[in-house]
Amino acid sequence: MAVLLIAEVSGGTLAVDATAKALTAAKAMGDVTVLCASAGCGGAAEAAAKLDGVSKVLCADDAAYGHDLAEPLADLVVGMAGDYSHIVAPATATAKNVMPRIAALLDAMVISDVTAVVDADTFERPIYAGNAIQTVKSADATKVLTVRTATFDAAGEGGSASVESIAAAANSGISEWVEDKVAASDRPELTSAGIVVSGGRGVGSEDDFKMIETLADKLGAAVGASRAAVDSGYAPNDWQVGQTGKVVAPELYVAVGISGAIQHLAGMKDSKVIVAINKDEEAPIFQVADYGLVADLFDAVPELLEKL
Amino acid sequence: MKVLVPVKRVIDYNVKVRVKADGSGVDLANVKMSMNPFDEIAVEAAIRLKEAGQVDEIVVVSVGVAKAQETLRTALAMGADRAILVEATDDVHTDIEPLAVAKVLKALVEEEQPGLVICGKQAIDNDMNATGQMLSALLGWSQATFASELAIEGESATVTREVDGGLQTIKVKMPAVVTVDLRLNEPRYASLPNIMKAKKKPLDTKTPSDLGVDVTPRLSVVTTTEPAARAAGVKVGSVDELVLKLKDEAGVI
Ligand SMILES: Cc1cc2nc3c(=O)[nH]c(=O)nc-3n(C[C@H](O)[C@H](O)[C@H](O)COP(=O)(O)OP(=O)(O)OC[C@H]3O[C@@H](n4cnc5c(N)ncnc54)[C@H](O)[C@@H]3O)c2cc1C
Ligand SMILES: Nc1ncnc2c1ncn2[C@@H]1O[C@H](COP(=O)(O)O)[C@@H](O)[C@H]1O
Repeated sequence: MAVLLIAEVSGGTLAVDATAKALTAAKAMGDVTVLCASAGCGGAAEAAAKLDGVSKVLCADDAAYGHDLAEPLADLVVGMAGDYSHIVAPATATAKNVMPRIAALLDAMVISDVTAVVDADTFERPIYAGNAIQTVKSADATKVLTVRTATFDAAGEGGSASVESIAAAANSGISEWVEDKVAASDRPELTSAGIVVSGGRGVGSEDDFKMIETLADKLGAAVGASRAAVDSGYAPNDWQVGQTGKVVAPELYVAVGISGAIQHLAGMKDSKVIVAINKDEEAPIFQVADYGLVADLFDAVPELLEKL
Repeated sequence: MKVLVPVKRVIDYNVKVRVKADGSGVDLANVKMSMNPFDEIAVEAAIRLKEAGQVDEIVVVSVGVAKAQETLRTALAMGADRAILVEATDDVHTDIEPLAVAKVLKALVEEEQPGLVICGKQAIDNDMNATGQMLSALLGWSQATFASELAIEGESATVTREVDGGLQTIKVKMPAVVTVDLRLNEPRYASLPNIMKAKKKPLDTKTPSDLGVDVTPRLSVVTTTEPAARAAGVKVGSVDELVLKLKDEAGVI
């Protein structure tokens, strides 16, 4: 079996954690070739070549791939798909955008958010916000799938694969990039952080959300949020954890002023240790919390900041 | 311009889903069904474009069981003009796959000639997040997924997308497929008079074979199981106790 793993490359840099986790899943399907497609992705390709278990790295360095537009990347991958039995990517926003497009062009059904590889044709994936796990067997000639990174350990380094440049495919030019609004941050990235501190509607305002951020910084943590906190404008969209946001599984997840709706639990219930701070002792978040503190967050968080 | 909005009937998002003991699927008996929440946002987006004079007809489509008519009536009551039900299966336990839905939608797009298709980002039952992208691929159209802002200007649409690092704005050539995210708008409720009026709006029924589409699934479901449950936790009495537990018992800080 020959597997093509589409590396997550952002701004020309390899997203090592996401790619290395998807690599672990890909290795269970066969021999792995990594594709880095971006503008100025030579460095990313070199980094991918060092990952343990990569046979070869293909580098498509072209402006067309610089902003993760789905159409040109799908055309590139479809053009080379004949050599592979599986096309795999970590389930990032970029891959969720492009992989179904690739699958449809290959007349295959995409398999989203794979959490376990049973064999080369059979995969587990969560449905209904993780309330059920389905095992599915694919009858397609080429399997196209995305991998939920939170459930796989990252492959290590120590590889020394060859890097080969490949030509860009024709670009239909039907979509163009206008701008990115991406906030730079020194905090760990949400999906790879060891600790995540999340705030919900209970935090009450954008100003008070600073308290959640301070707590996160004290713990060296990433900041997350519930949908309600994002919708209310306390936190940016890319902090949303849940069924339709990011899925995280850190060593420690601290939920502050979050009720624990199933859509939120879907994104964090596989965390190792869960702490909940909520003034309502009936809040469903306590059903998944290892340590629950029934308290007003405006008392508990300042006290916690002091005592850590 | 005509807009096509695909809407799916799913288990209501408030229902606690239960897996059947024999591993054959989830229990759908006597469970409240609703329109997929993202599709309400898609219908609302289409209505707002119509109110702004940029769209003159909204056609809603559902692929599924006969009862999906209720979902279509809801969309008509919100403000869609016309509905098409593609009756695909009477066994709701075999969910119709996004690839098959995309093929059905492609055939309808060829009949109806809309200038824009607005889908939800994700159906909250199968959590696939695929149909819009697949339809766009089959049509050879541009795609703009996970939209939190949408503006149509003549031959193109400018769409702001929710991505992992924040927001991205792209410009796509029309015709296009857009999939909508949670923050694009807040869908309206249908008023009682509009619910009454919706009963008289046209609703056509077709089958996949009328459209020449083979909907045989590519993925066979081997089994459906409950996720592993978490062991019960404890309540701590104070912040001091919490800090102590995290340091000594869990060893995570
Ligand atoms: C299609 C769809 C997709 C969704 N996707 C997601 C998703 O990806 N992620 C997500 O999070 N949600 C998602 N949701 C929303 C989800 O259903 C809930 O509405 C949301 O998670 C609630 O957020 P919350 O817990 O912050 O707010 P609430 O449910 O309002 O809870 C606030 C909590 O704060 C507590 N509180 C209030 N004041 C204080 C105080 N002073 N001290 C301590 N505690 C306090 C309250 O007791 C309460 O438990 C989705 C919903 C739909 C329909
Ligand atoms: N059976 C269906 N009938 C109508 N629309 C659908 C159907 N399945 C999916 N869709 C549309 O495609 C979107 C994404 O669904 P999915 O790819 O299944 O996550 C939904 O929000 C709907 O807009």
